[in-house]
This record gives sequence, C-alpha cells and structure tokens, in this order.
Amino acid sequence: MASLTDSNTFNFSRLGSYFSTINSITVAKALSNLVKNLMVPLIAFLIFLGLWSVGAKHVQTSLGVLPGPAKVWEQAISLYDEHKAERAKADAFYERLQKRVDKAKADGKPQARIDKIASRKYTGKETFFDQIFTSLWTVMAGFILASVIAIPIGIASGMSPTLYSALNPLIQLFKPVSPLAWLPLVTMVVSALYVSKDPMFSKSFLTSAFTVTLCCLWPTIINTTVGVSGVSKDLLNVSRVLRLNVLTKTLKIIVPSALPMMFTGLRLSLGIGWMVLIAAEMLAQNPGLGKFVWDEFQNGSSNSLARIMVAVLVIGLIGFLLDRGMLMLQRSFSWDKNAILR
Amino acid sequence: MTQLQLPSYLDQPPAVKDRFTRLKQRPVILKVDALGKQFDTPQGPTTALQDIHFQTHRREFLCVIGPSGCGKSTLIRILAGLETYSSGQVLLDGQAVNGPGSDRGMVFQGYTLFPWLTVKKNVMFGLERAGKGRTAAEEVAREWINLVGLEKFEDSYPHQLSGGMKQRVAIARALATQPRILLMDEPFGALDAQTRARMQAYLLEIWKNIDITIVFITHDLDEAIYLADRILVLKAHPGEVQELIEVPVPQPRTVEQFLSPEFLATKKRLETLIHPNRDTHENVGEQLHMVRMVPLDDSVSSIF
Ligand SMILES: Nc1ncnc2c1ncn2[C@@H]1O[C@H](COP(=O)(O)OP(=O)(O)OP(=O)(O)O)[C@@H](O)[C@H]1O
Ligand SMILES: [Mg+2]
Repeated sequence: MASLTDSNTFNFSRLGSYFSTINSITVAKALSNLVKNLMVPLIAFLIFLGLWSVGAKHVQTSLGVLPGPAKVWEQAISLYDEHKAERAKADAFYERLQKRVDKAKADGKPQARIDKIASRKYTGKETFFDQIFTSLWTVMAGFILASVIAIPIGIASGMSPTLYSALNPLIQLFKPVSPLAWLPLVTMVVSALYVSKDPMFSKSFLTSAFTVTLCCLWPTIINTTVGVSGVSKDLLNVSRVLRLNVLTKTLKIIVPSALPMMFTGLRLSLGIGWMVLIAAEMLAQNPGLGKFVWDEFQNGSSNSLARIMVAVLVIGLIGFLLDRGMLMLQRSFSWDKNAILR
Repeated sequence: MTQLQLPSYLDQPPAVKDRFTRLKQRPVILKVDALGKQFDTPQGPTTALQDIHFQTHRREFLCVIGPSGCGKSTLIRILAGLETYSSGQVLLDGQAVNGPGSDRGMVFQGYTLFPWLTVKKNVMFGLERAGKGRTAAEEVAREWINLVGLEKFEDSYPHQLSGGMKQRVAIARALATQPRILLMDEPFGALDAQTRARMQAYLLEIWKNIDITIVFITHDLDEAIYLADRILVLKAHPGEVQELIEVPVPQPRTVEQFLSPEFLATKKRLETLIHPNRDTHENVGEQLHMVRMVPLDDSVSSIF
C-alpha cells in the first residue's frame, strides 16, 4: 500500500503549490476583475447615455421631442411620487373606513351592515408600481404552470422514443406560433369555461398567465427531452449494474444528469414568457406593464414618451433580473459548474 | 536487435508451476461454456462470439486480450448481465447468469462517476441502493476511499479529479458493494502511460489485499502480462478463444520483470497470436499508398 500513499501526497502537494500561487496574485487579479466587471460596463453605459441624450434632441415626434435621459429620470421620479400619493390616499380611505366601522359598532348596527361597510375596497387607479407587481405575478404564475407541465412531459418523452415520436410533431407545430395568435383563443376559452360568481382570479389574469404558459412550454419540453435522452450510456449501464428500479433510476440518475439542460430550457422559457406577457397585456388591455405602455401611448400627453421609456427600461431590467435569478438557481442546483452560463 | 534466446512461454519456473497447481485447486467461481453471441444488424446476423469456454478460480486475475472488434466488450457485458447471449452458458458460483447482480462489480472504460455527487457520495451510492443505512454506507465508503488513497478528496467532485483518480473512485465504488467478481473493460485505456502504470500497481495491490476475482479486458500486451495469472487470447471474426495462456512470470509482480525472459517470451507469444503478420511483407495491400500532397520547389531540398 506504500505506493498508494506516495502518489497521493505527490498529487496533494502539487495542489497546495497551486493554491499558494493563487494567493500571491490574488490582489492583482481582483483589481483587474474590478476593472473588467465594473469599469468597462460603466463606461459603456455612460457612452450610451451620452449618445441617447444627443441623438434624442434631433427626433421630433407629434408628442414633442424624443425625451433624453434627464427627462426620463424626471418621469421615473414622478411615477414614484404618484405611487406614493396614491398609497397615501388609499391609507386615508381605509382609515376613514375603519372609523365608520367603529362608529357602526358603537351604534349597535347589525353585524351584516358592519360587514358590508368593512368589505369596501379602495378603487383608485393602478399606479406604475402596481402594474409592475401585476406583471411579475402573472409571468411567474404562467411560467410555473408551464414548468410543472413541461418537465414531466420532457422527462417522459426523453426516456421513451415512442412517446417522443408521438409528441414531436405537435411540439414542432406549436412551438413557432406567436403568442398573440393564442390570445384570442385563450380569452374565449377562459370566458367560456371560467364562470364563477366570486372568482379567485380575475379573467384578465388568467388569460395573460395562460398565454405565457402556452409559450413557455416548448423550450422546457424540448430541452428536457434532449437532456434526458442524452444521459450517458455509461451512467445508464451503471444503473443497470446496480439494478435500480425505474423510479430510482429517474430520480437519482436521469434527472440530475439532465438538470443543466432542463435549466437551459427553463431560462429560455422565462425569457420568452416575459416578452410574451408584455405584448399580451398591450393587446388584450389586461392589467400590467403592457397596459401601462399602451395607456400612455393613447394618452398622448407631453410626458407620455418619457413614461413609456421608463416602462421600457423597467421591463428590460426586470427581464434581466429574472434571467439572473434563474441563473443563480441553475448554479446552485446544477452539477455542471463548467457550463457556459451567459 | 540481436536475436535473444528466449525460453518458451510454456516453461514455468517451479514457483509459478506450484502457484498454478494451487490456483486450480481453488473453487471455480466463473465458468463459461460454449458461449455464443449473435447480433442482428441491418446486414443480417453477425457472430460476435462463438464457442467461448474458460473458467476462473477464486482470487484469480484473468486478462482478456484480442484484436479490436473480437468481442471483448461483448463478452464482459455478457458476464455483467448487461447483454444477453445466444447460446451456451455462463455460470457464476454454479448459478446461471441472467441480468446484472450485486455479485459482480463493473468498471467501465469511460469515466462513469456521477458528476453531481462528491467522491464519497459516489462510493456510497451503490451501498445505499443495496439497503445500507446512511452512516453505515458512509463508513464503508470511507474505508474504500482510503484504500484507493483518495481520503483527501472525498468531498471533491469528479471534475476536480484527474483521470487516474476518477478511475480509482470507480474501482472503489465497484468494490464497495463487495462483489465476488470485478469486471473491468479497458479501465485504464484513457490514461497516459505513467498514470496507467501507477494504476496497474494500485490494482495489483488491491487485488492482493482482498478476496476478489478480476476479469480485466485490455488490448495492451504488457498490461495483460504484468497483471494476469492467465490470459485469455481471443481472435476476431468470429470471436473465438485462441489460447488460454498461463503467465510464467512469478508473483508478486514488479516493474523490473518487464525485461525478464519469461515476460518477453510471453509477449512474443502474444504478438504472434495477435499480430500474426507483423514484419512480414506478404501483405502489400496493407501498405499505405502515399501521394506527395505538398508541392516542393527547388529551394527546398528533400531531407529524406
Ligand atoms: N449492439 C451491437 N449491435 C451489433 N453489433 C455489435 C453490437 N455490439 C458489438 N457489435 C459487434 O460485435 C463485435 C464485437 O464488438 P466488441 O465491442 O465486443 O469488440 P471489442 O473486442 O470490445 O473491440 P474494441 O477492442 O475495439 O473495444 C464487433 O464486430 C461489433 O461490430
Ligand atoms: Mg471494447
């Protein structure tokens, strides 16, 4: 056994020297990383702002000159102020309501009457931030529903060539369909099927979410299928040597090894879902950021263009954050740390 | 090279002869009889293996060698139960083999560790599947990881290990479930020469220390002679047993023996079995037809 340990220490000391080299160059590396990761993007962003403010001045539209960064920033602040004002109004409303409820109680009014008063809702207009929240919640709902459906289908069709050849034509047929083509159908189907006196979800929410779902399904199904069917033959042989049953094989070998591909699919899906949602909200006038953009466009006030630009930037930022979120999930769950994560 | 006067590979030193007598008195663990395997291909059925017969005794180290495509992998996959056979029988401890079992461990040529599990978890995997509790499995896994000398890497992931280390983990994983036979299909084929030599030494060391019978496939003659008690030589089209050679090199094996007369005699024998036409100029058809593909002008003189 002597030879065993020998080579082992040998390898280990080599590793050790590798680490000490890292230490000595850590500082220089951190600095160059800082420049690369922070300074370069910052400079690029400043150049972008410069070009924008210079260029925008020269574009005359029917709603005035195209707003530059300063104008857009000003509108972002004002949107935030409007949101705060609206919140204050709402708070005031509920305060008054509470007073009336208390008074009704003190006056010994019947319980039914008190409940009726207490159940009143503030009906102010939705602010920009409300719309952001609505859109986020809708896209997540649609995306999660799609994932719950798509992952099992993908796993099954990756494992069974028969199922794959059955599903593949359908997937290929529906994958390229634009979300907006689905929208009227989804709207009609939801209106027809979802009839309830006291709906848990509003119809507009369901239409938007289902439209997102329909577009999120395909990348996840396709990538999961590819990932599952590409599980290495050797690993499957190992599972046969260990005589694993189908369930264990699926959970312990197939799913973990297909996970990187699955996440690629999920990331693609979420990205598509977010783009689809904004378009769907615009077209269907469903609450959300899309509706906000459309309403501002219809308003045609002198501030509209700047507000639309705020929305555009926010949509982009949220899309980026969603993608980063998925990336972090992928990193923490996936074994394939070397995968190019961009 | 001057013609060295080599002994016959059949001449065994007394110690070796004695060892083989004792080896053959041990119980037979694996018995393969008239084994045949046909594959159905689009071009019709092809015979991969035909009338294979041999047997191994307990704690024997058997190497299988043969030209590419002679059915070595097919044979070991049949032994592992990963492949069905068309005729004959395979008996393990007197029981017919059909399907994989925990009495056989397998190490494949490629790296087949689970990339999402640490070294320790990889070794524990089979143990836990075999119904061992977590702590018990962990304890056994540790022992095996120590045995292959990777205790410092038990929490590393496979992608952090070198090829040789990965194969050591694979060996530990295969051995941890305590199989009767370890089946190895060119396990060191992807390693560089130095690592390979070290791995061979490890494997012999492990084999000496535990009760395991090893069937080891290789196409490297030196590897076969260095490792094996006996070498099963196959020939191709169809895969048939050519000879079962008892290696006359004394145990325990050392690297110095590579130049011993017994070693060289065995190697010469294997060479005539596996490359019968080497160094003869009868097969003109096998020579390359070279065409000059680079234009040469007068400024470049030929260096040949
Ligand atoms: N699944 C299969 N279907 C059809 N033919 C097969 C199959 N597997 C192997 N064969 C054929 O059986 C023969 C033996 O293959 P095998 O892989 O066992 O050879 P080998 O000795 O391991 O070769 P190598 O040294 O290249 O690994 C080959 O002619 C091969 O084409
Ligand atoms: Mg092979």
